[in-house]
Amino acid sequence: MNEGRKEVIQVVFLLIGIIFLFKLFFIQVVDGRYKNLADVNAIRKEVQYPVRGIIKDRNGKLIVYNNPEYDLMIVLHEVHAFDSTKFATVFNLTPVALRGLFKDFYKEIRNSKANKVQPYPFIRQLSNTDLARIQDYMDEFPGFFIQARSTRAYASKAAANVLGYVSEISKNQLDADKTNLYRQGDYIGQSGVEKFYEEYLRGQRGVKYFWRNKDGVIKGSFDGGASDTLSFPGQDLTSTLDLDLQEYGEYLLAGKAGSIIAIEPETGEILAMVSGPSYDPTLLTGKNYSTNFVSINRDSLKPLFTRPLMAQYRPGSIFKVAQAMVALQEGVITPETRFRCDRSIINCHGPHSNEDLRGAITNSCNPYFWNVLKKMLNQGKSDSPFEDTRIGLAEWDKHMLSFGFGKKLGIDLPNEKGGLVPSPAYYDRAYGGRPWKFSNIYSIAIGEGENLVVPLQMANFAATIANRGFYITPHIVKEIGASGKPLSSYIEKHFTTIDSANFRVAVDAMERVVTSGTGQYRASLKDIIVCGKTGSVQNEPNPDHSVFIAFAPKVNPKIAVSVYVEFSGQGARAAASIASLMIEKYLYGKTKRPQIEEYVLRGKFLN
Amino acid sequence: MRQEAIISNKVDWVTVLLFGAMVLWGWINIYSATYDVNQSIFDLSINSGRQMMFIITSSVLILAILIIDMRFYEAFAYIIFGVVLFLLLLVPFIGKEVGGNRAWLGVGSFGVQPSEFAKFATALAVAKFIGSVGFKMDNLRNQIILFAIIATPILLILLQKDYGTAMVFLVFVLVFYREGMSPFLLLVGLGVSIIFILTLLVENNWILYGIIALIWGGLIFFNRRKKLKRLAVITAGAIMLAGTIVFVDIIFNNLLEPHHQKRIMVLLNPELDQLGAGYHVYQSKVAIGSGGFIGKGFLEGTQTKLKFVPEQYTDFIFCTIGEEQGWIGSILIIALFMTLLLRVVFIAERQKNRFARVYGYSVACIFFFHFATNIAMTIGLFPVIGIPLPFFSYGGSSLWSFTILLFILLKLDAHRMQVLQRI
Repeated sequence: MNEGRKEVIQVVFLLIGIIFLFKLFFIQVVDGRYKNLADVNAIRKEVQYPVRGIIKDRNGKLIVYNNPEYDLMIVLHEVHAFDSTKFATVFNLTPVALRGLFKDFYKEIRNSKANKVQPYPFIRQLSNTDLARIQDYMDEFPGFFIQARSTRAYASKAAANVLGYVSEISKNQLDADKTNLYRQGDYIGQSGVEKFYEEYLRGQRGVKYFWRNKDGVIKGSFDGGASDTLSFPGQDLTSTLDLDLQEYGEYLLAGKAGSIIAIEPETGEILAMVSGPSYDPTLLTGKNYSTNFVSINRDSLKPLFTRPLMAQYRPGSIFKVAQAMVALQEGVITPETRFRCDRSIINCHGPHSNEDLRGAITNSCNPYFWNVLKKMLNQGKSDSPFEDTRIGLAEWDKHMLSFGFGKKLGIDLPNEKGGLVPSPAYYDRAYGGRPWKFSNIYSIAIGEGENLVVPLQMANFAATIANRGFYITPHIVKEIGASGKPLSSYIEKHFTTIDSANFRVAVDAMERVVTSGTGQYRASLKDIIVCGKTGSVQNEPNPDHSVFIAFAPKVNPKIAVSVYVEFSGQGARAAASIASLMIEKYLYGKTKRPQIEEYVLRGKFLN
Repeated sequence: MRQEAIISNKVDWVTVLLFGAMVLWGWINIYSATYDVNQSIFDLSINSGRQMMFIITSSVLILAILIIDMRFYEAFAYIIFGVVLFLLLLVPFIGKEVGGNRAWLGVGSFGVQPSEFAKFATALAVAKFIGSVGFKMDNLRNQIILFAIIATPILLILLQKDYGTAMVFLVFVLVFYREGMSPFLLLVGLGVSIIFILTLLVENNWILYGIIALIWGGLIFFNRRKKLKRLAVITAGAIMLAGTIVFVDIIFNNLLEPHHQKRIMVLLNPELDQLGAGYHVYQSKVAIGSGGFIGKGFLEGTQTKLKFVPEQYTDFIFCTIGEEQGWIGSILIIALFMTLLLRVVFIAERQKNRFARVYGYSVACIFFFHFATNIAMTIGLFPVIGIPLPFFSYGGSSLWSFTILLFILLKLDAHRMQVLQRI
């Protein structure tokens, strides 16, 4: 009667065994997911944030350093019921704000930016004083812990544009990052030195892996620490800036738009780089970064716009010095060549009529340089006036580019602009293929027209003249970390296509600008020969930009300066005053001309 | 002396070896599951040390079982059953509460779970009843008594809210089937459980009613020329299944406690609640799954060492094996159980009297139920119910109970020839 029932039971037994073997094969061998899930469970990753390199000035004065700061991290999986009223009191929150924080956090989980088992910053950037208050209560809130890191702190409010700022890496940056070094929540240099030298400053993040049990209690290091990495601090930088001079420059430029750049000619080291208007760098650090950034970014005066590098102006009369040297080099004039100051084609200023080259520079004679450029561009190498101008312009271009005009100099800061030196190809485009000749383009003779330069190029030009023929690319960092050296491209000399004999002519002329020419009253200093050149960049219908370049002393120059003050009239006024004050301050350590300083600070330069 | 020598010759050594291997392997794994660098496996203050004591006392029990006259078990089956039922009845009143369940009887730190011993006691009672002279499986009165025998411990254990252990006794239906009961009950039972799950899964119950109606119609059509009784049986079955749907909602929503509801829902969708009701299953699967092919090595399991798996030394001991010994270990443990189950069936079949055979099948089926449900719950094929893995899970009561269960059979088996001679 019960035939076969024994077998049915045996088959049922075996069937279950086989089902188990298959199911186990799938979860143990086929599905690799569980291995990761096990690690997520049991491995606690502790990031050790590196300390970012600090920045000092050329005299060893601290400019940028680090402030300790703390994030309150949450591991939701380990959070037990806690006294939320007490939590709110300890962390200085209202119950509504606390609820808001949890709401945000759950939103991040839904967006899978956070999960329940890995730490996530719950409250960011708690200060040292917050920590002192909080620390005693931390054990009452399981699942929360404090993660130490650091934010930037500034010893001086100067040089904000040059130094740049640091903030949390954005989603876009993270996506674009190819180094794979950054994680969400990491800080990264966003502008200035902080951005350019990011790879040196950032240091190396360390990671420690621990075993943790289900309550989050650490149970020893993972793999005996074999996978751990140490955190290395970033490299410290020594800037070329002279913090005193920088602060003085900002003091002078306060309330004005423009820029001041001072360079040590021999080395290309930037002693000061002032951008006006600027902002307080401490605003872009710490807790209120976001709100402050928005208000600074929306400011109509554009404080984040670094004028020394990014503002492109026409060079104005300063360009005449370059013009003169190019013509001398081409042999189309000699220092003794005279042209009549015929004001029919191009206007001029001041009482002079028939100057030689030095006199023309001293008095900034416009018609003289109209003639110089005409000789330069139309050398009679071709019968066609169009072709002749083209050949001459190409030659002119070559010389101008060798001064560092018309291209990015390659400073160690981001967002540098290159300016413009018009080439034949440029005019072909501009005239849409129609022919052009000297009479179409002569306004470049006096630094107007299509020419564009950035203030940095003008400072570099002053340094090149001071060096009588070469420049070293201006740079802002002179020592990186323990190497004590700048980047290799900031040691190399760049020679111009002009003979140094021709530079001597320019130097003499610039000396006379200050002793007896346009710049004599405000730019000259007792005991030191200052060589300079004024410029007033036309800006119709607005007032001119006031421009001045200078270097001093004449022999063995120690400082070269360019100053742009927007909408402030003649170069001899605002710009020359500021430039000479900067030179005086740098060479003597203090200024002894209160009347000039007062004039600058009063800021009424028009009439 | 003479009798003992005979016993040691006739005891089924294959089963004894399987038993020994399982108990030892279990002991080592309990040590691993609760491993602490500073404590030895023999340390009585930790579970492995205590399990060693349980193993030693089990050996004493084995000796006692083998020494006692084989006729004792059949003669005293009902009395043993009665005593255990009495103890079960006492538990809700004077029992100690351990881990939320009032299932323990004891004095001081020493305690036992009567529900564990109800297993072999019921097996003895069932065997004795089926083996009694004049028993016929198709006799309705006999069937009612049989179901009453297994229903009594089920009800008493349900009073302790120990649903897992209560379910064990349902496996006797398989024994009844072997002894001649109609497979109809088994099939309906299977159908009811499938419908139960479907009712929870499918939102619209009318779909299920439709399916049942279709199957019923089909069966009626193909059997239309058969006896009226067959048609009545089919109709009764269909009505039963439909009734199941009606009652599942009521059962699920009113009868089951919230944490059981959750455990069932989590089984249907394990990712539902990783940190809540699904935590056991989730962590258990992660531990086993992370073991890979050859496992992480003895004492190297991270999930069990770091206590992510709850109750890892008792009901979830298989996680330790899965994680540390990998699929190889899983094969070995399944092979051990398969061998044991088939060996017990083999032993049962070679018995000369009905009592011993029914008892043998009871042993096989009880082991089978524990093995199947325990492994199934650790890998997420069955809801988490507190059922130990025989010989592996930590615990005195369960080890003693399984040892007694098995060795009474070996004792009966050793004397199977005597039975024949005596009759």
